[in-house]
Amino acid sequence: MNLEKVVFAFVILLAATLNFGFVYGGVDNPAHHHLWELFAATTVNLVAVVLKFGDRTHIGAVQQAAGLVALLLLLAASFAWFFLAPRDSAALGPDALSSIVSLAVGALLANGVSVVILIVDTSIQRR
Amino acid sequence: MQDVFLITIRRLRAPLVTIILVFAFSTAGMTLIPGVDPSGHPWRMSIFQAFYFVTYTSTTIGFGELPYPFTDEQRLFATLIIYLLVIGWAFLVGSLLSLTQDKVFQQALVSARFRRSVASLGEPFYLVCGLGETGVTVSRMLDRLGFRFTAIDRDERRVQALEIEQLSLDAPVLAADVRSAQTLAMAGLMKPECKAVLALSGDDEVNLGVAIAACLLRPGLPVISRANSAGIAASTAALGVTRVISPFREFAERVALAMRAPDTYRLLVWLTSPPGSYLPPSQPPRIPAPPGRWIVCGYGRFGREVGAAVQRAGFELAIIDPSGAQEPGVRTVKGLGAGAGELREIGVDTACALFAGSDDDTANLAVAIAARRLNPEMFIVMRQNMLSSEVLFARFGADMTLAPPQIMATECLALLRTPLLAQFLDLVRRKDNLWAYALAESLRALVGEEAPLFWSFAIDADEAPGLSDVMIRGKDALLVADLARNAHTRDLRIACLAVLLIRGAETIELPGDDVSVRLGDRLLFAGRRAAKDNQSLTLSNANVAAYVLGDRRQAEGWIWRVFEKAVAR
Repeated sequence: MNLEKVVFAFVILLAATLNFGFVYGGVDNPAHHHLWELFAATTVNLVAVVLKFGDRTHIGAVQQAAGLVALLLLLAASFAWFFLAPRDSAALGPDALSSIVSLAVGALLANGVSVVILIVDTSIQRR
Repeated sequence: MQDVFLITIRRLRAPLVTIILVFAFSTAGMTLIPGVDPSGHPWRMSIFQAFYFVTYTSTTIGFGELPYPFTDEQRLFATLIIYLLVIGWAFLVGSLLSLTQDKVFQQALVSARFRRSVASLGEPFYLVCGLGETGVTVSRMLDRLGFRFTAIDRDERRVQALEIEQLSLDAPVLAADVRSAQTLAMAGLMKPECKAVLALSGDDEVNLGVAIAACLLRPGLPVISRANSAGIAASTAALGVTRVISPFREFAERVALAMRAPDTYRLLVWLTSPPGSYLPPSQPPRIPAPPGRWIVCGYGRFGREVGAAVQRAGFELAIIDPSGAQEPGVRTVKGLGAGAGELREIGVDTACALFAGSDDDTANLAVAIAARRLNPEMFIVMRQNMLSSEVLFARFGADMTLAPPQIMATECLALLRTPLLAQFLDLVRRKDNLWAYALAESLRALVGEEAPLFWSFAIDADEAPGLSDVMIRGKDALLVADLARNAHTRDLRIACLAVLLIRGAETIELPGDDVSVRLGDRLLFAGRRAAKDNQSLTLSNANVAAYVLGDRRQAEGWIWRVFEKAVAR
């Protein structure tokens, strides 16, 4: 067992699942989407991107790209939350929330690609 | 550049992940710890406010407790995360600093810079492989002649030595394995601006490797290769490279030439010297004539070549060699040659000349000084190995000092400076004293004592568009003398001399003023730079050419030419 591989797979899966957890639910229902989950998803994605960097293989390059896309979309969602949240810490309106969630759904797609690549990469290993 | 980025990220992976995790933990914590706002209501930081606090705290900016003064709970947690953050930050900065000290990283940076500066070379350049004494001398002369070059050598110290060298234009230099095709490609072998490859390292096999790579990757590209052994020279020549130069052979040929025809030697030295050098004064030939005895000190490869040349010229040979190298029928003494005993034993009093030719400059000087004391009349030829010994050799003032790197460099430069020059110099080498003296004198009368500049051109639409235009139109008979007319005042002569004219397979050496020039001819001129500039006006501008060729001022535009024709009719 290679500890580096474990950590890598763990981070990628965690990024995807946190992302999914944030997105899951009604697109404009504030009760279904928590800020902390977005925060966690963004942080873990950041770690995933750093871990993916420096891989010179083709498959690694695609994974890097997928990771960067996910991170970009999650950062966009975070900024949207920052700018659209009312100053008096009231709940987000349905319009604002649905645009944030749709950004996060895009990130989820990229994270899905990342996971698929991880599985493909693992399955072509002969050992 | 990509390498540099990848290496950076890979080396900084651990500190970056640490920083991200510490930041996330601190931000989350600061957001969760309850605080109190000035009016006493419970209050919590937003994620953004927490992130802001963490950022300025971790970088030790420390703006203070924003936006409201903290509660003790908050302060407790802040104390904890300050330690974490400082550790994480120090880890990152430390890794970054150690990365810049890293050999691999520095190599990647240097390579990237080298690649960039080679890529941005937009003018013709030469690729110099091997920066020994020869390579450095060639580089220096290339620079003085205003040519660009890139250079590679395996030894980092030599590369640094060239970097310190005061070159007028910065040359990209890299320490890398010269034999690898990748390195050669990096140094610009595949660029169309690369005009020639010079394989000048001291290692024959390296030079052969470079020649093979250059011949395979850029067929037809001129390659000048140095070869010490005859075997390697033959296999290099078989590749079809432009010129294989053996330092030993060239060296001995110079000595032989100086013996056979001192004036030819003097002319050759003058013509091949870098710009700014002067014609050595013509002396009554001091070099002895046979019969007599030459003493060769140091019977290595140089000694052997010189010994053979001396024997061919009809001298008797005697050898002093530290390893006691024997030659059938030749008196040999074992020793360095610097001791009076050894020199007396070999017969220094009766010898006519001495060649100090070991590979150690100090030993050569010691031998020469001892020999001159014992026999002040003796003709002394010295081999100077290091450029740095120049001062000592000049001070000693041997009758003839030959530096192999210098010889190699002038040979290379003769091939590169301008087409036809090498051909002309080969021709000069075969000439006798009288011819050489006459040419030296006529050149000196024309261009002065300073070493002349050489340039060549073909009378065709590419290299002499103006002149060939006039010749095609007017079918004017053109003489060599016309090419030396001043472009502004045609009755004046410019300071240049046609030294070679090539017409098809025919070669005319020193074409006289009355030799006719035809379309397609190729000429080599020697002269001053001002003369070259003046002549290029005639060559490139049809109106100037028409003025220079005939008295009649020709109509300049096409309409006026038609008009004049009509009037004449």
